[in-house]
Amino acid sequence: MTIVEMYEKRPRKAWLYFIVTAVIISLIVWSAEGVQYKGLAAKGSEVAFGMVYGLFHPDTNLLFSLSTDGVPYLLFQTIAIAILGTIFGAILAVPVSFLASENVVPKPVAFVMRGLILLIRTIPSLVWALVWIRVTGPGAFCGVVTQSICSIGMISKMYITAIEDLDTSILESLDAAGCNTFEKIRCGILPQLTASFISTTIYRFDINLKDATTLGIVGAGGIGASLVQCISSRRWSMVGSFLFGLIVLVLIIEFISTKIRTKLARG
Amino acid sequence: MNNTENINKVALFDRIFKPQHIVLANGHEIDRPRSRLPLIIICLLVVVFASIQLTGFDIKIVIQRFYQLEAILGKIFQPKWSFFNKVTGPLFDTVKMSLLGSVIGCILALPFAILASSNVNKNKPILLSIRFFLSVIRTFPTLIVANVCSLIFGLGTFAGTVAIIVFTFGVVSKMLFESIETIDMGPFEAMESLGANKFEAFWSACIPQILPTYLSHCLYCFEMNIRAASILGYVGAGGLGILINECIGWRDYNQLGMVLLTLFVAVFTIETFSSYLRKKLS
Repeated sequence: MTIVEMYEKRPRKAWLYFIVTAVIISLIVWSAEGVQYKGLAAKGSEVAFGMVYGLFHPDTNLLFSLSTDGVPYLLFQTIAIAILGTIFGAILAVPVSFLASENVVPKPVAFVMRGLILLIRTIPSLVWALVWIRVTGPGAFCGVVTQSICSIGMISKMYITAIEDLDTSILESLDAAGCNTFEKIRCGILPQLTASFISTTIYRFDINLKDATTLGIVGAGGIGASLVQCISSRRWSMVGSFLFGLIVLVLIIEFISTKIRTKLARG
Repeated sequence: MNNTENINKVALFDRIFKPQHIVLANGHEIDRPRSRLPLIIICLLVVVFASIQLTGFDIKIVIQRFYQLEAILGKIFQPKWSFFNKVTGPLFDTVKMSLLGSVIGCILALPFAILASSNVNKNKPILLSIRFFLSVIRTFPTLIVANVCSLIFGLGTFAGTVAIIVFTFGVVSKMLFESIETIDMGPFEAMESLGANKFEAFWSACIPQILPTYLSHCLYCFEMNIRAASILGYVGAGGLGILINECIGWRDYNQLGMVLLTLFVAVFTIETFSSYLRKKLS
């Protein structure tokens, strides 16, 4: 057959494409009628201009003040929450993810553990914070505990993928070389897992840092509480200085973590 | 040339802690660099202790007052079934918000992602400024964006949709430009040498390579958005979050349990469906 004949006989999926497109368009129309634009709110444009004005005229006193209300202190507190939350979450996620991997435990156990992980992931972090506030009282402490629990969900999901990709033939050859169980774990399993575990943890740290900024809304410490208060009382230059600090911090952390993660990926 | 430079360049760490000098049995001499692990562990411990000081973390309180957790969690796990009728409306609002937000955000992300990938856009200043713009967009916390939007556009689903558009735009354009940079540019050059102009070449050589990853990123983002959108109502941006806020305000945790259960089922269904679709795409 010539190329032209083959081209003529190529699979035609016009109907399939048509149906898929129709379904997608009808879904979009369905969702669009649910979301209606009712025009700007009263003083809406004032808020918009205020935000832009605030971002370009941040309150420098607040931005560089070293007191406990200043931006640097709150940012450090936010970082501290994210660091502790990530580390505790990563430690807690290790047993959970081993118990949820199908090549380590029997299938029913893995299935139940996966349900648990999905449950942890579905409850929004704000709700977790409100639950934990009863235990810890308001403040950064609550943020740490909340993030430790919330992080388990996503971290263990990524850990499970790494554990299930383990190359078990290495263990067999270590067996053949006469290694005991501890040596097998040390030389056969750990080197395969560390790089991807650390990479996942650093990635989660990025997310936690962004999350920690909003946990303050329910009183769990960090920069969020002051930021939302300033927004609702419309002190735009203070909002600007908080946001400015936040943007710079997240950009720096993201830059560093991307550097480390590309280094880890290349070995 | 570059390689030899890298080998000869001794890191500061190795200059302070001299590598261990080993003479093997067969007479070879090697320098074994000292492990960096102790240094990393010391740094980590210092950071952790500083963080514990700064946040006032105390494991004793967690253990002592752990029973308090049961007060709320116990009620959440006994959902009030009759509340289901009131949950469905806001749930569909949430789904609509995240669907529309994802679609618009993904469409907006496409041109920016193409302009931000270094193998398509050879203009360095434009490339860097677009990447910087995308990074800044991604730093805004979604809840804060939703809060500001609800002040600008009034309470309701529109504010939430705008917040989701901003979030989706940031995430998808980053994931997309990273995958555009890995595509094979050979077909593009072949088309160009056959006399196609840049747009034609891009359309028929690059778009088919990008499209499956693009769609799978969009679906992934939609999954994330459902979960994110459920909480946006907390700051007045419509959807399930309004209910969550009300239930917490009234301390009616049985109702909260029902809301969360519905959300759980919805998220599970959508996630299963979309991960099936993503598997098909790849």
